[in-house]
Amino acid sequence: MELTIEDILAAISVVIIAATIILVVVNIPRLKALWPGFKKYRHLLATLVSRDIKVKYRRSVLGLLWSVLQPLFFMLIITLVFANVFKLGIRDYPVFYITGFVVFSFVSESTTLSLNSILGNASLIKKVYIPKYIFPLQKCLFALVNMVFSLIAVAIVYIILQVQVYPTVFLLVVVMAYAAVFSFGLSLILSAAVMFFRDVAHLYGIWVTAWMYLTPILYPLSILPEPVQNIVKLNPLVYYVEYARSVMIDGVIPDLNTNLICIGFALLTLIIGLVFFKRTQDRFILHM
Amino acid sequence: MNMIEVENVTMRFNMSREKVDSLKEYFIRFMKRQLYFEEFTALENISLTVKQGDIIGIVGLNGSGKSTLLKIISGILKPTSGSARIHGSISPLIELGSGFDFDLTARENVYLNGAVLGYSKAFMSENYAEIIEFAELSEFQDVAIKNFSSGMIARLGFSIATITKPDILIVDEILSVGDFRFKEKSEKRIHDLMAGGTTVVMVSHDIGQIEKLCNRAIWLNHGKLMLEGDAKTVCAAYQAGATQ
Repeated sequence: MELTIEDILAAISVVIIAATIILVVVNIPRLKALWPGFKKYRHLLATLVSRDIKVKYRRSVLGLLWSVLQPLFFMLIITLVFANVFKLGIRDYPVFYITGFVVFSFVSESTTLSLNSILGNASLIKKVYIPKYIFPLQKCLFALVNMVFSLIAVAIVYIILQVQVYPTVFLLVVVMAYAAVFSFGLSLILSAAVMFFRDVAHLYGIWVTAWMYLTPILYPLSILPEPVQNIVKLNPLVYYVEYARSVMIDGVIPDLNTNLICIGFALLTLIIGLVFFKRTQDRFILHM
Repeated sequence: MNMIEVENVTMRFNMSREKVDSLKEYFIRFMKRQLYFEEFTALENISLTVKQGDIIGIVGLNGSGKSTLLKIISGILKPTSGSARIHGSISPLIELGSGFDFDLTARENVYLNGAVLGYSKAFMSENYAEIIEFAELSEFQDVAIKNFSSGMIARLGFSIATITKPDILIVDEILSVGDFRFKEKSEKRIHDLMAGGTTVVMVSHDIGQIEKLCNRAIWLNHGKLMLEGDAKTVCAAYQAGATQ
């Protein structure tokens, strides 16, 4: 029997999950010590997220509706171009696209916003003590709220195209939790790295564009030649997108391997993010 | 009871001519082996214990490290070496209105700034009327604060920061807020807090104010602790030393 790339990644993920459990158990006292700080600043977190939402839609006539309209318009344009011009021959292409789009834009929005979250709050951080992880967390939660609104767009597409809805659709919550943990980890890394090297912002901007094409959002993974597929499969977003499609379009609960890989990538990113952030956070203020 | 314990705190800053914050620059300097910075010592081996109810003043010329010390006590800066511990709640009045968002109204900013200081929405609602009344801004509650004068902003900031009775109050040059009437009011409020057992650490260039309010004082000069003792002695020594 030949091992597939999924098998290997799943095996690595099992190791990561086991390591995480050990790390958490070993660090229980330290994690407990974090709790009072988080409890004190949870109001700030809520206030900042609601301010983000208010500011985003202030002075726009359509307000929150834009969160619904934007993915709908993208879907229309992309469907016109790809489904008709390239003749991919995918059943319900609009649904196929919009599912991937929603997952990808959540990850790209949360990380891109987080990138500048600490730098953008420099004036505050210089004058009051606030746990700094609050700021990337705020942007991730804000992106999560936007994502929930864009799910309304998905629902509209379902209704118009009369696509069958499976009960597995509720598992979307699971994949969103995976993607949220992954995004928060990546946000921690980016927001800390940009404090030391401002180039990270530009590099990441380029990377996000490349990332979109490396993730099967516009096209199905199967159209890629085998060797290329194996490289693309190292991209965590492949699994989050496929997971969402599996529960939304096929009505199939993703297998154990997919779940393990999703969790593995999310935890690995989160741990790297937390460690890197914790080690560097005291020096942020010297680079503002 | 010790409220603040500062032990052997040293704070050094890197004073590179320009800040190296791009990869290219970092790489070039790394290759040229120019990645060494001039170090600037803002504080050197400072130890300080503040007991409950103490009103301690910090005096010194500009650039002597007063504000750096306050920031270390408040937890905003982490010292290069040594440690600073505080026991109890702390309310830093380092720069008034630093947590404000100028696009939001006074009302929204009260809640935002309250949250920055760690207070809940319910708590802020309870005290909202008092905050606005003390700041004398009842006519302007729903005006975006970008339209406020600097005095109005400072009044609002002072009013929010002193709404609770913190265990420790950090005051950096802010007793000169607003017009003379508001100055009297804010001094009275600080007095009330002090009478209630709050420990205060204050920085001021107004020697008269330090002598009047503080029971103890320290004198910093170029990051070194020159003298520690009762306010009158330290102020006299500082004035004699600084004019030399």
